[in-house]
Amino acid sequence: MHIHVLDQYRHADSPVHRLDPRVKLVSALFFILACALTPDGAWPAFVALALLWLAVTLMADVSLTLLLRRGLIALPFMLAAVTVLFTIAGAPLLTIPLPFSDHTLVITDNGVIRFFTIMLKSWLSVLMALLLSATTTFPDILRALRGIGVPNVLVGVIGFMYRYMFVLGDEVLRLMRAREARMAWGPPGQKHGGTVIWRARIVGGMVGSLFVRSLDRSDRVYNAMVSRGYTGEIVWPDKPALHFPDIAWAGGFAVVLITIELWARLL
Amino acid sequence: MTEINGDEPVLHVHDLRYAYPDGREALNGVTMHVNHGEKVALVGPNGAGKSTLMLHFNGILKGNAGQVRVDGMDLVKENLGVIRAKVGLVFQNPDDQLFSTTVFEDVAFGPLHMGFSSEEVHHRVHDALEKVGIGDFAPRMPHHLSVGERKRVAMATVLAMGPSILVLDEPTAGLDPRGRRSLINLLRSLDATMLVSTHDMPLVGELFERMIVLDGGQVVADGPTAEIMANPELLEAHGLEAP
Amino acid sequence: MLFSQFHIPFAAPEAMHIPDGFLSAPVAIAMWVITAAFVVLAVRRASREFDERMVPLMGVLAAFIFAAQAFNFPVAGGTSGHFLGGALAAILLGPWAGLLIMTAVIALQALIFQDGGLLAMGANIFVMGIVTVWIGYFVYQAMARFNRYAAAFIAGWLSVFVAAVMASFLLALSGTASLGVVLAAMATVHAFIGVGEGLITAGAVALVAAALPEMYGRQVSGRKTDRGTFIAGGVILALAVGVMAVFFASPSPDGLERVAEDKGFLGAAQGPLYELAPDYVVPGVTNETLAAVLAVILGTLLLFAVGYGIARALRRRSRRLAETPVVVTDSP
Ligand SMILES: Nc1ncnc2c1ncn2[C@@H]1O[C@H](COP(=O)(O)OP(=O)(O)OP(=O)(O)O)[C@@H](O)[C@H]1O
Ligand SMILES: [Mg+2]
Repeated sequence: MHIHVLDQYRHADSPVHRLDPRVKLVSALFFILACALTPDGAWPAFVALALLWLAVTLMADVSLTLLLRRGLIALPFMLAAVTVLFTIAGAPLLTIPLPFSDHTLVITDNGVIRFFTIMLKSWLSVLMALLLSATTTFPDILRALRGIGVPNVLVGVIGFMYRYMFVLGDEVLRLMRAREARMAWGPPGQKHGGTVIWRARIVGGMVGSLFVRSLDRSDRVYNAMVSRGYTGEIVWPDKPALHFPDIAWAGGFAVVLITIELWARLL
Repeated sequence: MTEINGDEPVLHVHDLRYAYPDGREALNGVTMHVNHGEKVALVGPNGAGKSTLMLHFNGILKGNAGQVRVDGMDLVKENLGVIRAKVGLVFQNPDDQLFSTTVFEDVAFGPLHMGFSSEEVHHRVHDALEKVGIGDFAPRMPHHLSVGERKRVAMATVLAMGPSILVLDEPTAGLDPRGRRSLINLLRSLDATMLVSTHDMPLVGELFERMIVLDGGQVVADGPTAEIMANPELLEAHGLEAP
Repeated sequence: MLFSQFHIPFAAPEAMHIPDGFLSAPVAIAMWVITAAFVVLAVRRASREFDERMVPLMGVLAAFIFAAQAFNFPVAGGTSGHFLGGALAAILLGPWAGLLIMTAVIALQALIFQDGGLLAMGANIFVMGIVTVWIGYFVYQAMARFNRYAAAFIAGWLSVFVAAVMASFLLALSGTASLGVVLAAMATVHAFIGVGEGLITAGAVALVAAALPEMYGRQVSGRKTDRGTFIAGGVILALAVGVMAVFFASPSPDGLERVAEDKGFLGAAQGPLYELAPDYVVPGVTNETLAAVLAVILGTLLLFAVGYGIARALRRRSRRLAETPVVVTDSP
């Protein structure tokens, strides 16, 4: 993942963009929970969940290919799940002799089912999270977090973090570039690069000085807040009321999800 | 709230001394005042103590010795709320001033803390952004803005609070010629009392009738701009140049 | 903006951000409940300690941890030293503030980068924001009086290592990975990654101690660990042990035992790994998975003891070096 994709929000004027952020956040969470609750091998249910996602995505007017491509980010984690192919009890599908030993790998049918179930769950969940951040600005997500009861202080901290990670991130990039610009080789035959400990000390020092500067900055930010009347309690703009379309959407989405889950269990 | 009385200067500083916690003495006995309605420039070389002095007008720093009064009020805890509503302080670095995730939230921060109603807050935010020429910036995120745009938002954050005294730390630094020009016009049009620190000598010559030169934490000159600008020795001695 | 022009990986480097789909719903929800309780407590504690400065302070420092995670340096053989930050945050600001900072970092990574799942966020915060923070804090507190750099190194290393073990257990408990393999793999990889964490933590502590002796002294050497922090540490330990206990008590939904009997993949895969680390085999314990776990726990304790010894030994040396400017004496 790279920093250039940091702001994934894609502006458009779609019904999904216009939804109340609280409704979007909760809907996305329920969708991901539904994925987690779907039993192994309930393929029709996964197809239904995928279609649901697709329908919302098309409605949201965001690039499908972009989401699908970015949806692969959890793929490397697949390695962790590979083991279930061999460790779940079931009828053997494939026996692979391991070279240079008398052991064999046995892939079982249930193992394969579990493996693909995990992959599907993970993929659909990531796609839904991506859709959420593509259609909701981060400040709106913060508003939604406040709306669903996350402590104000924590939302405040996350908001400040979001604001200053760009500032400090730039600082890090500058430091790293300054370091790289001086990572030269000495005369031929001379060992370059220093020891691991030395290199680590340099980076540790950079981290430490970044910390000291961040402390200073937090002081200045605090001053800026105080000079505009801050006394310890962040005052937020009023929460807007939920409108009928938002409520209808939330209800409809929940009904569809519950139906899919019940159906998955009856299959 | 104390009434503004005719003779009391709006900003009154007497023999102010301040040392940072690390021991660095930034102010060594500053005495100055700014009268009601005056627009005064504060100039001096890097490290002269301009920003340090400005932080005193909002009670953010408290001098180790000496006196600071704003509108006849001492900077004691009970007065700070009133003083902070009167004095709009714009920091030198807009990244310190703009701490919210959207421009709207940032400009609304002051008015919200002053307890205004939701409509009033919206109205003030809109007004302030219009004044600095970026009326359509409300939903944008501060980190997406250019330095000059951030400077303007920083101005808006205090304008939205309707202050009668503006204390601005290098407001034109980083602005393009057009941005600088519109800021100058804005400053000219506001009838608030102003103390503006700057390295922009043409700006001083154009906008301010009076200037104060600070160096080494002390006031080394204070008087009509024309007079001080006509004294090249003085300017040069303190690392300045006439425009 | 530099950020948008340069394609530099700014995501967390640790392979510990569990995505959604890899934790079963009961595990994910249970971890959410536990984590939420800790976060609520931490909000209360930190608000008391840092009062009205708390929001800007924690927010900017969370941004700091996030930015610092981008630093890397080559260690050996293509791996690079990376940084998670939980131990450092806890050493510099205490465990409660550290927990809040790491919570913000992990939440933001999940919400913006999809790095780590939303349903899995409770577990991710527990592993990377609670376990790392308390381990980092207590290890440092226990050893700093001997030699603070060694203490910081071990705190950083151990925090990452134990977090990796914890993550493996959660995956296994969810039935999405086989414990033996995942544990061996995660433990091995993070034993190396942890070196980077430890070195950076130590380097950062050295700089902060030199640059801000008063703040450092107040925050670290002078800090009295109060009862709440101890109790929280005990609860975390109990939870960690509990997760393992639940795992072994559960009627093995995925037939892990069968694997051991059948000498299928596990036997083969573990072979070479076990040869690499022969001490993973504990004599007298037949269940291979259980043996692996016990070995990891014993190994961890052993490493802790060795580290403690080294730190103690170094203490004598650092006394003699006390005149170097970086060393701010904090005599016990
Ligand atoms: N937080 C701080 N801690 C210690 N010393 C400081 C701090 N801030 C400023 N100083 C020192 O105080 C002196 C005055 O600084 P100040 O920022 O007020 O100068 P200035 O006139 O605003 O300069 P510039 O034109 O560069 O903005 C400088 O020597 C500076 O190094
Ligand atoms: Mg200045």
